[in-house]
Amino acid sequence: MGTTFNKGGIHPAENKTAADIEDVELPNEVTLLLSQHIGAPAKAAVSKGDRVRRGDMVATACGVVSACVHTPISGVVTKVDRSLTPYGYMADSITVKADEADHCDDEVRRKNVEPCRSIDELDGLDGERIRAMVADAGIVGLGGAAFPTHVKLAVPKGLKADVLIVNGAECEPYLTADDAIMRLCPDEIMGGIKLLMRAVDVKRAIVGIEENKPDAIVAMKRAAACCGVDVTVVPLKVKYPQGGEKQLIFALTGREVPSGGLPVSVGAVVQNVATARAVYRAALYGEPLMERVVTVAGTARPGNYRVPVGMGINELLKVAGGIPADTGKIVIGGPMMGKAIETIYAPLTKGSSGILVILEREASRQAVMPCIRCGACVEACPMGLEPYLISTLSRFRMFDEAEEQKVTNCIECGSCSYVCPAARPLLDYVRYGKATVAERIRQRKKKCEDK
Amino acid sequence: MQVILITVLVLGAIGVVGAALLYVVAKKFHTHEDPRIGEVESLLPGANCGACGRSGCHDFATACVAADSLESLVCPGAGDAAMKRIAALLGLEASVATPQIAVVKCGGSCEMRPRRVRYDGIRLCSAENAVGAGESMCGYGCLGCGDCVSACRFDAIHIDEATGLPVVDESKCTGCGACADACPRKVIMIRSKGPRGMRVWVACSSRDKGAYTMKVCKAGCIGCRKCAGVCSHDAITVNGNLAVIDPEKCKLCRKCEAVCPTGAIRTSNFPVRKSDCSV
Repeated sequence: MGTTFNKGGIHPAENKTAADIEDVELPNEVTLLLSQHIGAPAKAAVSKGDRVRRGDMVATACGVVSACVHTPISGVVTKVDRSLTPYGYMADSITVKADEADHCDDEVRRKNVEPCRSIDELDGLDGERIRAMVADAGIVGLGGAAFPTHVKLAVPKGLKADVLIVNGAECEPYLTADDAIMRLCPDEIMGGIKLLMRAVDVKRAIVGIEENKPDAIVAMKRAAACCGVDVTVVPLKVKYPQGGEKQLIFALTGREVPSGGLPVSVGAVVQNVATARAVYRAALYGEPLMERVVTVAGTARPGNYRVPVGMGINELLKVAGGIPADTGKIVIGGPMMGKAIETIYAPLTKGSSGILVILEREASRQAVMPCIRCGACVEACPMGLEPYLISTLSRFRMFDEAEEQKVTNCIECGSCSYVCPAARPLLDYVRYGKATVAERIRQRKKKCEDK
Repeated sequence: MQVILITVLVLGAIGVVGAALLYVVAKKFHTHEDPRIGEVESLLPGANCGACGRSGCHDFATACVAADSLESLVCPGAGDAAMKRIAALLGLEASVATPQIAVVKCGGSCEMRPRRVRYDGIRLCSAENAVGAGESMCGYGCLGCGDCVSACRFDAIHIDEATGLPVVDESKCTGCGACADACPRKVIMIRSKGPRGMRVWVACSSRDKGAYTMKVCKAGCIGCRKCAGVCSHDAITVNGNLAVIDPEKCKLCRKCEAVCPTGAIRTSNFPVRKSDCSV
């Protein structure tokens, strides 16, 4: 029996079908959003008319928490302008267009990647070099949140990490991208783990994988056995949100991250398996983060696709067999934490872990009934909060009380809304309260600093 | 009988001791409050809206009584007449404030700005704003969930069901700015009411390029600069694809309204033109 976290959790239908990874043909045009990550948007480093080659950096990181952007196709920069994001807003972006020759050339280079370092050289890299390399490759957390990885690897002064936790839980239903990566390229992940361990200066790593991925567990255990460093692969109980950072740390180490604290305050740094692989590929092949594996579900040809960042969602959906006529909602990410999009005529980003096409009858919300104080949401909350109370406080704008109830601890996993028998929009209100309280805390801090 | 007697005596004694205690405390901790504070407060609307910059009506009244001049103390909710009475009561000179009003900078009605996607979350503009650009896919326009309506303490703003946009009731709006603060997209602006309520303003907040604005909304400002060109008072500036009219400089000639290709420039309370009547 696998280990798990201590509070709450739910068991949504898994709906996972193990699929191998299929390479999507490189598109002739990509639109690279400058803000694909958490933090400050990148700054365009090319201008209209410039020629770029696959893997070139087209936008540089701007500020401490930021990541640079690379183009997955060669061609000419046709636009450095605002373009549509999946959520309907306009945002700064760079558009690159390839011609026939570029396209053929890119496909060849994509298939035959040459190592730029030997394995021995990889072992010689020190922490600082690895962090700089990760930053140069524009690597962000590929689990979905897209937090710049090099920032997470820089352990704040005065703190010390003692364990690297590698997240292979993939607890969201439908998503199998991490599963596929773990099954098909465990050695690359292990290579990445070795580099990450050196980057955060730890001697021990734990990989957590949910038990519903037995092949991945076997493959990763085999790779761990012959990698030469202390890496343990631990099967985890199938329970959502097992892959939540704080939940995973508890499940694997028994340590609880204090309210408002970072994982590193209990000595842990968490990285996703796909991120580890990206780090390895960046180190060995000098390949920046310009492609990722995306799970597509709900189309005629669902599966895992290796997709260049910046490709139109509509193009990917076409490759995956098109969308059914009675589509109600399209979600980026998992069904629990993903966000519904407003348009498919927008590009994929580094954080797009899945594209789920949900039918109208499954997408619509049920009629909201009054709260019967059954406490199901309290039992389900993995953070030990009281969602029924916090949502009511937020609804009536009692933000001081909501702050006392630790609304800012909410990880927005949606377990409360999922279990509510009255179909109340608990998370909607909690999220609203959380955003407002976070803003008020920021204002308060600013006032203090001004004084 | 004896039981009743004892009870009465004991309760009576407690009462006397309590009364004595209350008397001593009342004398010892007595604070004098200027009776005028209460009088001034009774002249105020009592909505505690905070438009005066104070934490509430009592705080404002206290400040008025303590002040040597009412220069910086104006209650937009009470109006000039009430401010004059307060000034008379305190023997001071009332300062005349320019009456302010809330103006909605969005003309994207259901007809002009078709809804392309459906939002089925909670009916809060701030919640809708956080998940995406909204049902019309204009990332700047009104979302129509009514955060402004619930913020208003004077019942002066309501959502028109036909257009899906908020409408300000001029007779009730005090220009306190609560709605403008509540709007997550800053679609509502507080500006001077204008002579006899006559105002010219741009009913659009979109800073997207004209081509995109036109795609999502037929009533949006496309930043074509025609209005700025025709204005002879230098009152219109176009910045980031959006025209802004300076109420201080605007002489209410309405030339801009006539040239605006999308009808984004709106006017209010102008008398009917003779030329309009003859048509």
